[in-house]
Amino acid sequence: MSDRADGRRDDPGAERGASTAPVEGRHGGPQIGRRHVLRLLGLGALSVAPLPVLPTLLRAAVDIDEPPRPQADAARTADGRIRQWTMIIDLRSCDGCQSVDKPPRCTAACIEGHFAPEPMEWIEIFEGELPGGGTQFIPTPCQHCQNPPCVNVCPVAATFSTPEGTVLIDQDRCIGCRICMAACPYDRRFFNWGNAPVPPESLLADYSPEHQIPVRKGTVMKCDFCPDMARAGTLPYCVQACPQRAIYYGDLEEDIATNGKVLVSASRFLTENHAYQLKEELGTKPRVYYIPGHGAAAGRDAFTPGRQPTEWPWVERVEGAVTWQR
Amino acid sequence: MAALSAWQERLEETALAPVRRTGLRYWALVAFLLAVIGWGVYAYSIQLRDGLIVTGMRDRISWGLYIATFVFFIGISHAGTLISAILRVSQARWRTPVTRMAEFITVVALVCGASFVIIDLGRPDRVLNVFVYGRWQSPIIWDVLAITTYLTASITYLFVPMIPDLALFRDRLSGRTSRWRGWLYRAVAIGWVGNVAQRRSLGTAIGVLMILIIPIAVSVHTVVSWVFAMTLRVPWNSALFGAFFVAGAIFSGIAMLIIVMAILRRAYSLQEYVTEKHFVYLGYLMAAFAGIMIYANISELITHGYKMEEGVEFQFRQLFLTQFGPLFWFYLLGGLVAPIVLALLPRTRNVPGMVLAAGLVTTAMWIERYIIVVSGLRVPLMPYEPASYAPTWVEWSMLAAGLALFALLITIFTKVFPIIAVWEVAEDHEAMLARPDIARPAALKTPELAEGAGR
Repeated sequence: MSDRADGRRDDPGAERGASTAPVEGRHGGPQIGRRHVLRLLGLGALSVAPLPVLPTLLRAAVDIDEPPRPQADAARTADGRIRQWTMIIDLRSCDGCQSVDKPPRCTAACIEGHFAPEPMEWIEIFEGELPGGGTQFIPTPCQHCQNPPCVNVCPVAATFSTPEGTVLIDQDRCIGCRICMAACPYDRRFFNWGNAPVPPESLLADYSPEHQIPVRKGTVMKCDFCPDMARAGTLPYCVQACPQRAIYYGDLEEDIATNGKVLVSASRFLTENHAYQLKEELGTKPRVYYIPGHGAAAGRDAFTPGRQPTEWPWVERVEGAVTWQR
Repeated sequence: MAALSAWQERLEETALAPVRRTGLRYWALVAFLLAVIGWGVYAYSIQLRDGLIVTGMRDRISWGLYIATFVFFIGISHAGTLISAILRVSQARWRTPVTRMAEFITVVALVCGASFVIIDLGRPDRVLNVFVYGRWQSPIIWDVLAITTYLTASITYLFVPMIPDLALFRDRLSGRTSRWRGWLYRAVAIGWVGNVAQRRSLGTAIGVLMILIIPIAVSVHTVVSWVFAMTLRVPWNSALFGAFFVAGAIFSGIAMLIIVMAILRRAYSLQEYVTEKHFVYLGYLMAAFAGIMIYANISELITHGYKMEEGVEFQFRQLFLTQFGPLFWFYLLGGLVAPIVLALLPRTRNVPGMVLAAGLVTTAMWIERYIIVVSGLRVPLMPYEPASYAPTWVEWSMLAAGLALFALLITIFTKVFPIIAVWEVAEDHEAMLARPDIARPAALKTPELAEGAGR
């Protein structure tokens, strides 16, 4: 109010009513107007200026009672190099479990081991067509890219690359924006759209991004490459369960891989069998390699299509639990 | 001068009328809009309780109506920037009666658009993680930054040129209105008395803002498009996307402005100021942008379609023939070709014709956003059956609530703030009277905002 009174005292020519029409008053006046406008602009600038430091401030405020991200130390070789987990899938041996006439055992074991909710198949057997007709089965876990499009786009670093070369998701941080699902070129990310049916014992598990149990509604999940099991000296569920021993798991740093029966030199095995990666042309650099084939080593005829559909054993339903289709 | 002051008086009365009189129909409209929003709140509460399972989205089409509506609203928000800033920079005088409405639309559409991102989140309770753990590398963070900057800038850009009119309200309504209104206008007029120094500052501030806001607006819709273009999805993999989205944003912004203009002109009897000329000029502008959109579409489709890389054939089939065929053809013919025809034909080059064109464009542009989002995600990535997506009643309710919120905020704005830039219109009118000869009379040589320094 005082500002305005000042303005009128110094500018007696301007009448009250007419003063609001800018064309009317033409006399020189004090700098109050300018000061006001500048103050306004200054406030506007001030409101934007803290943006870059805001995350730091907020983090400082939040971090106090926030538990550290649950993640074990990276596994190392005897001479201290960090292990680089890899998976080699020998398509010559994969018959989509036609020979055992059951739903694919790798998918089933993964679901049971991780209490994965329906309809998530973290390792899914796709049936691809061959150029000359017939089909091949392609077990497809998360490809654990070294240039991961999902990690690049995540706004909150809920999905991240680890020193071991795996890509994990922290479901305690994920905001459920699903841009990673749009970014993943392999369709390997799964969203918890609702309260999925899971066995009650899974609710007691200790959560870790390497062991995504129990499920959290409204967040994204996927294959975690089971590094916790590898560190404990066990092979991932899918590798253990494969009746044809088609899946090899290993460490590129020490250059070894095993399917649970034979031990191979990873580099020699890959090169000599003409291994490839899915969608190599995208430049995502997957950690999962494929050896071309269509199950012939398991006695499969490429012109016998079809596999059993995956089943989820979680019949008991948590209250209000729902399933959905992909 | 008597004629001029009578004219000025009538202009001020027109601007004040919405604040002075509020009829039953206004309250009926507000009640209706509140009811629609209430329904949306109910739908959202169900979504919060059960999760996004209540939508039609699933893993393989993981974005849908919400993201399309977000892009649509952010596009609409370009109305204010274009009409106001670009026309101001180019000193198009006819813009003055419609700038304020355009700036309203910008602010309101940004608020509505931003809320759709939060509605789409699986974990809205963790939305603050964006500030706590935000990564500069993520297109989502670019969006957050661009939209908050744009919102700040457009609120400032709405407010600064409104100061003289707020002072008018303060002076004309003092003692004749409710206490809170008196307080409000006193506060927001920030001591404006209209002396030379104040007017010079105002002119400078507007000059800076109108230059600043154009790159900000362009950046906003560019980074919105980058949310899509930064992924490895075939139909989104385009360097044109940023420019394409900006053009579409301005295009739909003009259309929404024409619709809002028509409604407010009717509701508040603004026929003297918002004339057929404004509709036709904006219609021409819209037709020009329809041309740019047609060019962008051809450019986009032919560079993909000529080579037919992996996935492109599937995309073309679903766009032109199957899944999205009817929608896409409506967008091309009804949304891009028809507005040009309507603007060119003398018979439809009038208010109803332009409003029809604007209605077509607004609908078509929402559909375009929907097609971009859903068709892009529908192209299969691996050997699986293509997924399908249909929005559920929850999603449609949220869309209805979003549009109702947009209408409600505009409705409330018109009752509180001057819907016409009184001082700019007055200046424009005086300048017009001072013509036809280009030499300006001595009386107007003083610093004058519409054509003075810094404008």
